[in-house]
Amino acid sequence: MQRPIQFWFRGRLQSVSEVSPTRTVLQWLREDVHATGSKEGCGEGDCGACTVTLGELDDTAPGGVRLRAVNSCIQFLPTLDGKALFTVEDLAGPAGSPQKLHPVQQAMVDCHGSQCGFCTPGFVMSLWADYESRANSGQCPTRDEINDTLSGNLCRCTGYRPIVDAAQKAWDMAPTHIDRNPIREVLETLSHLPSLDYSHNGQRFQAPHAVSELGAAIAAQPDAQLLSGSTDIGLWVTKHLKQLGNIIYLGACTELKQIDVHDDVLEIGAGVTLTDAFAALVADEPAWGEQARRFASTPVRNAGTLGGNVANGSPIGDSMPGLIALGTRIVLQHGARIREMPLDEFYLAYQKTAREPGEFVRALKVPRAPAGRIFRSYKVSKRQDQDISAVSAAFALFMDDAGRIGDARVAFGGMAATPKRAAACEAALRGQAWSEDTVRNAMAALDGDYAPLSDMRASSAYRSKVARNLLWRMWLETESMRGAVQADVRLPA
Amino acid sequence: MKHEHPSSPINKVGDDVPHESAPLHVSGRATYIDDLPEPAGTLHAAFGLATVAHGRIRKLDLDDVRHAPGVVAVLTAADIPGENNCGPVLHDDPILADELVQFYNQPIFIVVARSHDAARRAARMAKVDYDVLPMIRDAAEAASAGNFVLPPVNVARGDADAALARAPHRLRGNVLLGGQEHFYLEGQIACAQLREDDTMHVHTSTQHPTEMQQVVAHMLGWRQHQVTAECRRMGGGFGGKESQSAQIACAAALAAWKLQRPVKLRLDRDDDMAITGKRHDFDIGYEVGFDDDGMILGVKFDLASRCGFSADLSGPVNDRAIFHADNCYYLDAIAVKSLRGKTNTVSNTAFRGFGGPQGMFAIEYVIDDIARTLDLDPLLVRQRNFYGTDPTGPRNLTHYGMAIEDNVAPALVAQLARDCDYEARRAAIAQFNEKSPVVKRGIALTPLKFGISFTATLFNQAGALVHVYADGTVMVSHGGTEMGQGLYTKIRQIAAHEFGLPVSDVRLTPTDTSRVPNTSATAASSGTDLNGKAVQQAAQAVRERIAAFFGPLHNVAPQDVVFADGMVTADGVSLPFGEVTAQAYRARIQLWDSGFYATPKIHYDAKTMKGRPFFYFAYGASVSEVAIDTLTGETKVLRVDVLHDVGKSINPAVDIGQIEGGFIQGMGWLTSEELWWRPDGKLMTHAPSTYKIPAASDCPPVFNVKLYDNSNVEDSIHRSKAVGEPPLMLPFSVFFAIRDAVAARTGGCPRLDAPATPEAILRALGELPALGAAA
Repeated sequence: MQRPIQFWFRGRLQSVSEVSPTRTVLQWLREDVHATGSKEGCGEGDCGACTVTLGELDDTAPGGVRLRAVNSCIQFLPTLDGKALFTVEDLAGPAGSPQKLHPVQQAMVDCHGSQCGFCTPGFVMSLWADYESRANSGQCPTRDEINDTLSGNLCRCTGYRPIVDAAQKAWDMAPTHIDRNPIREVLETLSHLPSLDYSHNGQRFQAPHAVSELGAAIAAQPDAQLLSGSTDIGLWVTKHLKQLGNIIYLGACTELKQIDVHDDVLEIGAGVTLTDAFAALVADEPAWGEQARRFASTPVRNAGTLGGNVANGSPIGDSMPGLIALGTRIVLQHGARIREMPLDEFYLAYQKTAREPGEFVRALKVPRAPAGRIFRSYKVSKRQDQDISAVSAAFALFMDDAGRIGDARVAFGGMAATPKRAAACEAALRGQAWSEDTVRNAMAALDGDYAPLSDMRASSAYRSKVARNLLWRMWLETESMRGAVQADVRLPA
Repeated sequence: MKHEHPSSPINKVGDDVPHESAPLHVSGRATYIDDLPEPAGTLHAAFGLATVAHGRIRKLDLDDVRHAPGVVAVLTAADIPGENNCGPVLHDDPILADELVQFYNQPIFIVVARSHDAARRAARMAKVDYDVLPMIRDAAEAASAGNFVLPPVNVARGDADAALARAPHRLRGNVLLGGQEHFYLEGQIACAQLREDDTMHVHTSTQHPTEMQQVVAHMLGWRQHQVTAECRRMGGGFGGKESQSAQIACAAALAAWKLQRPVKLRLDRDDDMAITGKRHDFDIGYEVGFDDDGMILGVKFDLASRCGFSADLSGPVNDRAIFHADNCYYLDAIAVKSLRGKTNTVSNTAFRGFGGPQGMFAIEYVIDDIARTLDLDPLLVRQRNFYGTDPTGPRNLTHYGMAIEDNVAPALVAQLARDCDYEARRAAIAQFNEKSPVVKRGIALTPLKFGISFTATLFNQAGALVHVYADGTVMVSHGGTEMGQGLYTKIRQIAAHEFGLPVSDVRLTPTDTSRVPNTSATAASSGTDLNGKAVQQAAQAVRERIAAFFGPLHNVAPQDVVFADGMVTADGVSLPFGEVTAQAYRARIQLWDSGFYATPKIHYDAKTMKGRPFFYFAYGASVSEVAIDTLTGETKVLRVDVLHDVGKSINPAVDIGQIEGGFIQGMGWLTSEELWWRPDGKLMTHAPSTYKIPAASDCPPVFNVKLYDNSNVEDSIHRSKAVGEPPLMLPFSVFFAIRDAVAARTGGCPRLDAPATPEAILRALGELPALGAAA
């Protein structure tokens, strides 16, 4: 007999069976258990009205349980297995009870942070996750930090100012933090259960714990849909109404969640969340900072994985230009067999990669900064936060001892059917001095590298122009660092 | 902010009372329609949508839909027993397209299934053949084809042509002003239930329950008393649920009637954005004559709008654009031509400001042009052209014949400019720009004047019921709807004030057509003005009866009985309100009453477009400072200062919430929110992934919002002023600050279309081909 999906919910272990493997957490909450506090605003993880907080075992987190906000509208219920689920209903005492609102909630009331109220539960859960993440430090967040925390929550009424005020005011009240011990104990017990192998109406959902098990499962079912953070595949179900067939979930495999810092490379497991992956990348190369902050939103980065972004191969995926520019290699696994290749060779055509049937992305090997490397990664979109790039650019220059550009790797997103290197531009840079003339030539060469499309994000002419200008921006930044340019070269953050 | 009794639990009119639902909002306990327990047997509906922008349906094959899993029924226009219309003014808005498809994604059938998911899946299985017809895309195409939903309207004063001919300087130009999706967080929804004896109850997320009642009745061929429409709260409206909720309410009611089962229709976000109307985008042509000081001598506007396939509210929306083409400025010789283009797109509709913003944008753009042409500070040109402050003076008559009696714009603007150091900052920005080739900064101060009242005089009425129960608690019903704007909160304060009670002793019922009839939409910023007065009148009637009972018992004249702090006091005898009402009940005193309010003084001739359409004006102004990146066209709003006139505020916190929220919403309209159609007419920005409303980080890091110290010269409720729509126009200053930054590079009058997306800004900088130029 198969075991049910099991997770911590409402202060106890919850077992669920008899639901479709692609039933979303939000559908289950609202329709099955009639917990209607979490709202559906968009069904695609872009508005945050459905935000819930998930708890997972993590030795580095307070109490050994890490709490992070995610979009419940695009998470499938079986992915909760072994985790803890918290919704807005968990924060205050039951209706009519003398228990007060949580400080985050009370501050929202006091600061007039809700108007129509529909987005409010999602805001509360994002703020609560952040509040809990500061349980040890007790440090009130800055306004910039709050903006980042709330990057996945849209409000159409307030203009946000009172919500940001509330996020700070919550820290003026007596601290209220959950007791994570009972949660950790239950999650630890669950972690020792056999891997979830759940079927419903002929559709199977497997969530192997061990990478060996995972490799075997995928090799045995090369047609199964691989699922990681579900921040894109979730939409295939909620928006495209696609039937996914059998699913193999990579998110329960702890070995895929490792980050190994070697002398020459950062090896990032395919299951590492974008939140954690970017933290590691930024620690190694601060120029990742802009992407780290602006990639999708906080809840999407909390759920989505770097391996998923790379494997998905979207032409507008924001991580790939930077990874390609740095010379990242992708590690692929079939059964127990492992191979690797340069990431830029992984992308063959629009939505077509070199991943073979039965294979999965195991890890990414990102070269660490060698001496003389200058790296920049830029993103341009209509909105600063949580937007899809019109143009995403990355440049890596490897200066030789003579001060010339020994090698150059340039990659763009949004400019072609895949994330793609700019061969002509690279050629124009290679072997040259890093000078205004070189930059001008390389900018002109970009016109030969790409023929971008016009769509709702930008016109072809805009993309081409901005692609050139981003290389110019990099030049200005390096000149500015030398002191040769005295003026601002970027907007204030 | 004023706190007369900061420690008192009695929340008075003028206090920062939190939103009446705030504790429910934050705990997830505020129920929206989709949160209500579903009646047993509830079915779920979804629309089947057309896949051409204009065409005749040759063959509609719904077999696969009918046989899809979970489907109970499929309904088409042929199933509608009464009128196939949900249009509020003209009857040109089919609930379901019948043979003729007029926009891409127009609903053509309803599928009813056992689950929301099953209905959505089945809705995509139709096989439809079309004879495709040529489409008209936008306002310019409609104008040149002479294709209008309503005839063109011309309003003029003086001889604009002659004034232009005489003027020392003349300018002409053209600018595009984009539309806007409402993006209420709660999508359109209705849940209809057939009840006994041919009656229907509809839970509808609407700003206009009475109209929902009417259109559902007409759709079924029924009379009004057979339908009840109810709405406790909306998860945002912004005008998008004034008329646009009708199609959803009608579809749910049709299915409920046909199947004799409760039916819920909740639009998926993408469907909602694809089906429902938006703010009208405008194609603005202008010609202006002015003197060396920047004084406007004559101005002509061509205001062409994209109305979509039907009239909806486009008539009054475009009228309001005409009424606001003056903004704060006296325009001696003016001619406005308003063209209401019929296009093969969604039917554009009410959206916060209702055409006013579009008219005001036109004159603000002209003023900006004049200042740049003469190399004057745009603020100076604005100030020189202001209406006068003498109500009977020669410069105080609008082009529609209304005398302005409450002009505070000059004083308000002077105060704001002084308080935020406008002049010094403008000089500092000029210095900054001289040394900064890549990043350019800009600053602008823009004022606003917004007319308050429905321009259709008949809608300026409201009713209310006030029930005082024997225990002294109060239940209020009125015709206004709560969409987050704080109407219920203010109403509670207004009722509590009359009885001297804490607001916690006053509750409101959901808005329900069976309680208060013949209500107007909660729109035109009028919710508190109209309903507040009606509630006040009802409450005063009850209070007077209580006083007439209690006073004489203690040898005090009724008018000397005091209701305060939860007590009723007569000649030293002070009893809790609840004890007095209990006594009154036993004495058979009527403890409930109705109230009715009709706005005085207003009149307006729709044929000549002259009269006094507005009871009064609300004013405001803002200063924005921005930076642009000339390499990418990205912008950053650095600082915003707002001074806004709400008269005597009933609730400063709620009013500031409206001001800030309106500001950010208007800023989105003018910057990041872009509607983009595919060449075949399909709207491609139909979800938050592609349509970008402002996020938290877009809120300016310095955002100073103050209320202007003022009182309404008219006898409005507690001398307050309406606040819903006017703040939407405050962020014109963001747009014109961006243009100021662009001009710092280009000089002259760079054409900048709205929204000022990064791409529009690069185009304005001359870095991209002009619109319409060959690629």
